[in-house]
Amino acid sequence: MGDTDTRSPARPRRPRKSKPQPETLVAYYRQMLLIRRFEERAARAYTEAKIGGYCHLNLGEEATVTGLMAALEPRDYLFTNYREHGYALGRGIDARRVMAELYGRSTGVSKGWGGSMHLFDTESRLLGGYGIVGGQLPLATGAALAIDYRGGDEVVMCQMGDGTTNIGAFHESLNMAALWELPIVYVVVNNGLGMGTTVAHASAEPELYKRAAAYRMEGAHVDGSDVIAVRDAAHAAVERARAESKPFLLETTSPRLRGHSVVDPARYRTAEEKDALKAADPLARLALELEESGFLDAEARDKLEAEVRAEVDDAAAFADESPHPDVSTLFDYTYATPVPGASRRLPADPVF
Amino acid sequence: MATVTYRQALRDTLRAEMLRDEDVFVMGEEIGVFEGSYKITEGLLKEFGPRRVRDTPIAEEGFVGAAIGAAMLGLRPVVEIMTINFSLLALDQIVNHAAKIYGMFGGQCSVPMVIRTPGGGGQQLGATHSQNVELFYSFIPGLKVLAPSTPAEASAMLKAAIRDDDPVLFLENLALYNTRGELPDEVAPAEIGRAAVTRTGTDITIVAYSRMAHVAAEVAERLAGEGVSAEVVDLRSLRPLDRETVVESVRRTGCAVIAEDDWLTYGIGAEIAATIQEGAFDWLDAPVRRVAMAEVPLPYSKPLELAALPSADSLVTAVRDTLRATGRR
Ligand SMILES: Cc1ncc(C[n+]2csc(CCOP(=O)(O)OP(=O)(O)O)c2C)c(N)n1
Repeated sequence: MGDTDTRSPARPRRPRKSKPQPETLVAYYRQMLLIRRFEERAARAYTEAKIGGYCHLNLGEEATVTGLMAALEPRDYLFTNYREHGYALGRGIDARRVMAELYGRSTGVSKGWGGSMHLFDTESRLLGGYGIVGGQLPLATGAALAIDYRGGDEVVMCQMGDGTTNIGAFHESLNMAALWELPIVYVVVNNGLGMGTTVAHASAEPELYKRAAAYRMEGAHVDGSDVIAVRDAAHAAVERARAESKPFLLETTSPRLRGHSVVDPARYRTAEEKDALKAADPLARLALELEESGFLDAEARDKLEAEVRAEVDDAAAFADESPHPDVSTLFDYTYATPVPGASRRLPADPVF
Repeated sequence: MATVTYRQALRDTLRAEMLRDEDVFVMGEEIGVFEGSYKITEGLLKEFGPRRVRDTPIAEEGFVGAAIGAAMLGLRPVVEIMTINFSLLALDQIVNHAAKIYGMFGGQCSVPMVIRTPGGGGQQLGATHSQNVELFYSFIPGLKVLAPSTPAEASAMLKAAIRDDDPVLFLENLALYNTRGELPDEVAPAEIGRAAVTRTGTDITIVAYSRMAHVAAEVAERLAGEGVSAEVVDLRSLRPLDRETVVESVRRTGCAVIAEDDWLTYGIGAEIAATIQEGAFDWLDAPVRRVAMAEVPLPYSKPLELAALPSADSLVTAVRDTLRATGRR
């Protein structure tokens, strides 16, 4: 939790941390473990050139991702940035379809058209990962506008990184959401870095949730390594957005364990920083908590581990065996309403 | 059948579409309380209320993006960007998001929205307020770009744009708002992607769109008095581009002049000239000529601005030169 700034109209709520049932905690642990093993697998597949393009992982952010996803109802909508594999899994999308998208296969969530940065699934209402920093903010704001227009009771969650809070679209979106009283929760996953640039180096106000004050919006900060704290804070924000149709700015501190993307060796980090990160690993932290409270012994944990590994192996095998999209489908997704004259020309084809 | 202004045709069509479909709503700067900088949305706030006529902050990227997001959930926003000059602030949302969402997510989500925006010079507004940058949008697969030139066409195309499931850039030209034309009582939605031969002729093809379609018609009329039979093709849709109509016309007339209200280098005319070269090379009796804006940021000074804009006189000169080059006269 950050400090309460009594002069600002945006007073951070202090989300109570509830006492969850053992099975809930174990389920969260499993979810976090799935994200961890999935991402490790993705990193490996990338070095094997099975995954192309950019590939940004959620390693270290598992508690944040799991806590946030636990706070949403199935009818709620989610927009994210390009660091979204964990969110897709947390939204309940089959690991096979997520991995297949990373492999660019036709069985992937976006049929191989999106790749790692652009997962989308209508059914689970994941309305996209977006590769342009901040690009998702106006879109998510508009989705909340549509909900408000129709008088629905869904909520939009819009995830972003800390670096995104300096983009113009951040200001424009939060201003409109507050002005129009839209049911949206903006979540800043503060992993301390935008690529290699620290928050302090890029943000005049490094306590990012305080920016809510500029829009008379409520904001709060939560420890992103504590899955229950994240869930409770997000749940309070989501339910308030639902009940009162008011936006909220939630910041979670959630260091990423590796580089910005798979190819980034993170040389900007000192050895001490790397050690500190390992010590703060949210997955290890939860495992220890579960063990100490007697909710999950070593044997049960091994069983979960084996299950999750099998699920990830299966996803990777599925992706590997899935077909690439057929080249004959190249022109299928330019327009939703077909038009005469839309080009179906391959590079060497004559125009006439 | 009534005679109305281009402005009135747009206003009536917007209203009719809002009455027809609850999902259609309008948003933009100054469109509600102020009733629109060019009064296209006059009366709409009073009739439909602030839910469906939404004034936005001066935040082009934000509100254009918000319209895209609303469209992703199935609403049909009609966004007004005060002038095309300010659409540049929303370029990321239009190009990187509106145009890409359908394809990038494998056809799972379309973006049924319209962006209406006027452009054009001739109002002494200076360099940042006097340009036609439709080229930027016409370049982008996934967008549809329309530029109707008459009230009837504006009505038919706006209907089509609103009912279409893709993002449509709907270009208006400031010089057209007060022009008049006949508007049938029942206007059917246009077929997007079709050019029109608005005047038939046998000697030369003039290809134009938006304001220049009027200039082309005037020039054809003027030259008819000298015994020249000019055919006029109004493109109407810049993307998709109806290449066939252009090429068929040039194959008949054997030569062409393109009249465009944008800059020459890399402009719309360059694309049309390339199209004619690819589709009608063997039929050409003379090189294709282009009449375009002088390649300068438009000056405020009246005589300078007038000199920079393509006019009927400049088009007449180009047509005469081209006909002479054919050796046919
Ligand atoms: C508009 C834009 N500028 C730059 C980039 C390149 N880029 C990709 S990710 C990134 C850092 C963003 O950091 P942050 O918002 O903190 O998100 P994180 O990667 O930490 O999740 C940058 C600069 C981009 N994709 N889009």
